[in-house]
Amino acid sequence: MHAPGEKLNGSEIFFECLRRENVSYIFGYPGGALLKVYETLYDIKDIKHILVRHEQGATHMAEGYARATGKPGVVLVTSGPGATNTVTGITNAYMDSSPMVIFTGQVPSSLIGNDAFQEADIVGITRPITKHNFLVKDVRELALTIRKAFYLATNGRPGPVLVDMPKDVLNAVCTFEWPETVEIRGFKPTVKCHQNQVEKAAHLIARSKKPLLYIGGGVISSDASEELKRLAIEQNIPVTMTLQGLGAFPGDHPLSMGMLGMHGTFWANQAVNNCDLLIAVGARFDDRVTGKTDTFATQAYKIHNDIDPTNVDKNVKVDLPVVGDAKHFLAAILKEMPEEKTDRSEWLADIRAWQKQCPLTYTNESDSLKTEYVIDEVCRQTGGDAVVTTDVGQHQMWTSQYYRFRKPRSIITSGGLGTMGYGLPAAIGAAFGVTDRPVVLFCGDGGFMMNVQELVTAVYYKIPVKIFLLNNSFLGMVRQWQELFHQEKYSFTDLGDSNPDFVKVAEAFGCRAMRAENPDEAKKAISEALAWNEGPVFVEFKVIKKDMVFPMVPAGASISDMLLDRLNPKTMV
Amino acid sequence: MKHIISVLVENKFGTLNRVASMFSARGFNLASISIGETEDPEISRMTIVTRGDDQIISQVLKQLNRLIDTIKVTDLTKQPHVERELLLMTMKLSRTTQHEIFELINVFKGKVVDIKQKSITIEVIGSPDKINTTIDIFRPYGIRELARSGAVAIHRGES
Ligand SMILES: Cc1ncc(C[n+]2csc(CCOP(=O)(O)OP(=O)(O)O)c2C)c(N)n1
Ligand SMILES: [Mg+2]
Repeated sequence: MHAPGEKLNGSEIFFECLRRENVSYIFGYPGGALLKVYETLYDIKDIKHILVRHEQGATHMAEGYARATGKPGVVLVTSGPGATNTVTGITNAYMDSSPMVIFTGQVPSSLIGNDAFQEADIVGITRPITKHNFLVKDVRELALTIRKAFYLATNGRPGPVLVDMPKDVLNAVCTFEWPETVEIRGFKPTVKCHQNQVEKAAHLIARSKKPLLYIGGGVISSDASEELKRLAIEQNIPVTMTLQGLGAFPGDHPLSMGMLGMHGTFWANQAVNNCDLLIAVGARFDDRVTGKTDTFATQAYKIHNDIDPTNVDKNVKVDLPVVGDAKHFLAAILKEMPEEKTDRSEWLADIRAWQKQCPLTYTNESDSLKTEYVIDEVCRQTGGDAVVTTDVGQHQMWTSQYYRFRKPRSIITSGGLGTMGYGLPAAIGAAFGVTDRPVVLFCGDGGFMMNVQELVTAVYYKIPVKIFLLNNSFLGMVRQWQELFHQEKYSFTDLGDSNPDFVKVAEAFGCRAMRAENPDEAKKAISEALAWNEGPVFVEFKVIKKDMVFPMVPAGASISDMLLDRLNPKTMV
Repeated sequence: MKHIISVLVENKFGTLNRVASMFSARGFNLASISIGETEDPEISRMTIVTRGDDQIISQVLKQLNRLIDTIKVTDLTKQPHVERELLLMTMKLSRTTQHEIFELINVFKGKVVDIKQKSITIEVIGSPDKINTTIDIFRPYGIRELARSGAVAIHRGES
């Protein structure tokens, strides 16, 4: 601990600032530009540095940690290649609005611009993929810059902020000063909603016969689940969620309609196109949700609450925009709801009928294994209470359909960017933050190989993540599109001949590993894996190759045009 | 429709780049952009000329506001404002044309800033429309080089 007024060098100031920002973990990797920082770190005990095996891994870990805890994730990497390796992870956090602060070492100020060894203009490179970024030019600006970085990352719409620190700044000495408050004149997010707008929204909600709540990740990041539950349950309003919104409302509640959009449920999409009032909260009308925008919820009056004004009227024109924090919005709405309630039994009956018409189902066979079954079984055995991370592909969409998330901060998945290789490091990061719930990863055989090196990190730090590999021997999601839309030309998606022996790979990393090839084995392996917490445990599920995720809205089509299964492309009413 | 947007920004390196790259990343039209320090050396004023329908312009304004280094964003288009652009232009000069050229310079209230035997450099200040007309009119006399500043604009003062 250092006090303001002490003479400190840049590296000491760096750690003192992190301490004051309540940072518990840094995900990092050393290098030349950071030698001084790692020298200082050598004697630091109260902030844990987690050594990753690739800087991309550090960024996804930091994001997994942030998503699981709500605290900003912190990354520390060296200049040049260390910095450029973070680009995918930063973009991912930017697209999914996760709070993160990335610290990069930089060549000495005097060499910047000279194509120095391991120089990269990381501030220039990351300008369009960060909420903001800084180059620290003077050690006297370091503390204030770090303070601003954390403030920006966590206030308003969260996002990644990068701080680039030249080597000479980290060595230079100055008097440490800690700014108690931060003032950024160009950053004044609207947190409280306009009361007029709130009253108008409440009035509409109270009178609507066929309302629908469309909930996005903003409800999770603003911790507004309790308010959402009260509003939905007290007013009898069905709830559909985006991929990032899952868990905001309990998936096992009768008012939950699961996910909407491209791989959403038939009844959620049906409800969107039949509701008379759509209440979007912390969601951004992404194209995977809306399909063709001209036909999206055309019968509905649309209310849209979001903390970021740029999300309003961006993709879909709404009738009542309410800029502000989701928690504030929902709490304010609750205060305005009248005593008498509108009867919604007919609407709810319509929805139940759609649900009966096309439920989510799969058929199990005793001698082969389906991904849907594995996810369903993990959901049963964890009671829907695990923190579930996924990679990207078919297994991700099946997770959204078959894992019934009961709590917020339960799904950690790459939505906006769709980054293969996200899952394993994100799961490890989540497990650093959450120790009272199991952390589960569902991963494909393609994506697993994209950050497989982080298995070392999990083994070394004895992280009890449950790594469930759904091995269909294919880049399954691409294969699905090839089958449906590209004349069954399975161009470079069959991994069957080239995949390694995954169990041996895991074992070589020092990880406990199992394999399951039928439902009985799967059930046993899942319960063994969930019971073992000495370190990571890996299960390879050999699932059938040619399964496809349904229902599905073809890209660019109206969400009313759902393919319900392989043989039966049926159009909705 | 053409819009003229005035933006107060932090006078820091990289700010112009942030604004310009936001325009290109989001596919917004950027007809001109000019920047200079204000009476407060920590703050610069940018004048941006862009085109788009109401929906696009509303996104442009919001996206500008979202940048951390922008302090105030004003769409001047529908407010009383003054808009000016500077044109510097070098033209061929010959005995047969010089008379007409001098006359036209007067018509456009231009100034001669440099004159050689076979060339003349003039400056003209005016609205971007006036600058367009000036260039069109002088074109037949043989323009050698020209430079435009892009528009700068400001609110008209209170009465
Ligand atoms: C980094 C990256 N490269 C390529 C893609 C395109 N892509 C999306 S899903 C997918 C297939 C994923 O295969 P696998 O990991 O085996 O999962 P599955 O779909 O089989 O469940 C690919 C290649 C991507 N999303 N991310
Ligand atoms: Mg696969």
